[in-house]
Amino acid sequence: MKIPEIFEFIRVDERLPHILCPGCGIGSAMNAMVRAIIESGLKNDDVCVVSGIGCSSRIPGYIDADTFHTLHGRAIPSATGVKLAHPELEVIVIAGDGDLLAIGGNHFIHAARRNLDMTVILINNFNYGMTGGQASPTTPQGKYAKTAPYGWTERNFDACAIAQASGAVFVARSTTYHVTHLRTLIKQAIKKKGFALVEVISQCPTLYGRLNRMGDAVKMLEYFRDNTISISQIKDPKEAEGKIVIGVLHDVEAPEYYETYKEIIRRAQAQKHHV
Amino acid sequence: MKTIVKSLLAPRKYFMQGNIACAEGALAAGCRYYAGYPITPSSEIMEHMSIRLPEVGGVFMQMEDEIASICSMIGASWAGAKVMTATSGPGFSLMLEGIGYAVMTETPCVIVDVQRAGPATGQATKPAQGDVMQARWGAHGDHRIIALSPWSVQEMYDLTIKAFNFSEKYRVPTILLADEVVAHLKESFVVKPEIEIYNRDKTLTETPFGTQEEDGVPPMPCFGQGAQLLVTGSTHNEYGIRKVADPDVQERLVTRLCKKIDNHKKDICLTERYFTDNAEYLFVAYGISARSSYAVVSELRESQINAGLLRYITIWPFDEETLKECALEAKVIFVPEMNQGQLVLEIMRILPHQKVIPIPKTRGEAIYPSDIIKVFRKYHE
Repeated sequence: MKIPEIFEFIRVDERLPHILCPGCGIGSAMNAMVRAIIESGLKNDDVCVVSGIGCSSRIPGYIDADTFHTLHGRAIPSATGVKLAHPELEVIVIAGDGDLLAIGGNHFIHAARRNLDMTVILINNFNYGMTGGQASPTTPQGKYAKTAPYGWTERNFDACAIAQASGAVFVARSTTYHVTHLRTLIKQAIKKKGFALVEVISQCPTLYGRLNRMGDAVKMLEYFRDNTISISQIKDPKEAEGKIVIGVLHDVEAPEYYETYKEIIRRAQAQKHHV
Repeated sequence: MKTIVKSLLAPRKYFMQGNIACAEGALAAGCRYYAGYPITPSSEIMEHMSIRLPEVGGVFMQMEDEIASICSMIGASWAGAKVMTATSGPGFSLMLEGIGYAVMTETPCVIVDVQRAGPATGQATKPAQGDVMQARWGAHGDHRIIALSPWSVQEMYDLTIKAFNFSEKYRVPTILLADEVVAHLKESFVVKPEIEIYNRDKTLTETPFGTQEEDGVPPMPCFGQGAQLLVTGSTHNEYGIRKVADPDVQERLVTRLCKKIDNHKKDICLTERYFTDNAEYLFVAYGISARSSYAVVSELRESQINAGLLRYITIWPFDEETLKECALEAKVIFVPEMNQGQLVLEIMRILPHQKVIPIPKTRGEAIYPSDIIKVFRKYHE
């Protein structure tokens, strides 16, 4: 029997079975990520997968590469140090919406501004799964969560818009229904030199889905199928109203941080300061 | 691995500010990654690193806050670099979660805390020694760190190198607990031709998070070395695999994190004694307070008063044995500190049957010899 290629990147020893709930979307996102890594021609020793705390942040523990499970919200600054001290490593951050956008929100915008080469995969399931389904910065107004028993009063972040406004050079979105599409986007993000964000709209049937009566995982995936629109198909902005816009939302060129810093090193070494 | 290297600066006498000497000490020790956030009175360290690190091929990062600074430094350490950050009280408070993570993941890193008068914003430009207990106990959970306290520009240089060496050797965050006085003091110091440095053991191992001994320090392969590391701040076994529900794993890990420091006190604890043999009046001090105490003790000795000074260079872990030895004949033990009495609590705990007198000063000024003499006179007939 041929062992699927993705197992070369998965720790099958003591780590399985995994902790994800039945029907969770995080496994699909991980699958797409691993395949994107393999299709990018990367080997186990080339990659460092970094995360914070939360359901999505448990993914690195299953990956057979260097993995860095850091503090809640701190995946991006931790990844920043890894990349700068070892620039040849392909650094991939995987994070949930609470981790990346609430406690880690400041790091997120500043990393995008800095444009250090890294790929950030945001798994957005609209709530804090690990702690039991509390509202997050992406919970839409009016939706229910464990800390929003009367409906969430706050407005939600659009992580892609924030990343773009902060200076990210590549911003894309897909869903856990569109797994092939998602894989292609992650591959593009890995290839891109600079700060790249891929937002994955994902289902949490155990908490967010249940609290909002969205049905089981299949029903939620069907919702993603029926309520998405590809950015390339939008002719009139009205067509996108109430829909999840997927595809490459933003793709520009800008100087990458370490490339610029290498020039600083060259200049500093040419005109040595003396103490 | 201990090794002797040539000093980065040409060996000679220099006239420098403490903060600059600290940055030069870090570079000499091999620091090649610095991440920080501006804060008085430590900013000169950061500014100097921004000039000097690119010259030696290292990376300087100004991060968005102190939390990001310490986390990126921890990341760089795992990618193989020797790393440092510097801050002061408010920033040090923010760094505590990172310090706890560095303890748990056994990440070598150096944190310079140039203490200023607090609490909160306090007196940003004024000295204090108010972070002594925070350095020791600030991060949550049972843990150990190492903290060193410099009293001169020479030691801002020397002890920064030592801090790197301890940190690399024991895989533990090491804090240089300076204060505004030594940080902004300008005086001459000597750079020797060679220094002793310690580079961490990067041997590729299956078990980078455990040893057979209960007080051992495992080798630390870094990212990109082919170790396929599992680094986590959650409770983990010797392989790095999360074992958060296993009481034995938790006990073994936390015990080792503490014992690898406690059982190596002989190597880590640095003290200096001045006239402590048979001293009737013992002064116990550290940092700039020790310098004032030294002036006091010298003056008292000239007046034939049997006074001595025990200076703590390593504050944490605390050297109990040396204190007991020096206090054998002491009628009164004075502990001058630029706080309301912090390290004195440790001394009272260790010497419950002796007269221990705190000399606190929290006016945002250095503690002067006259402050100490005034209290001493009350106890000297």
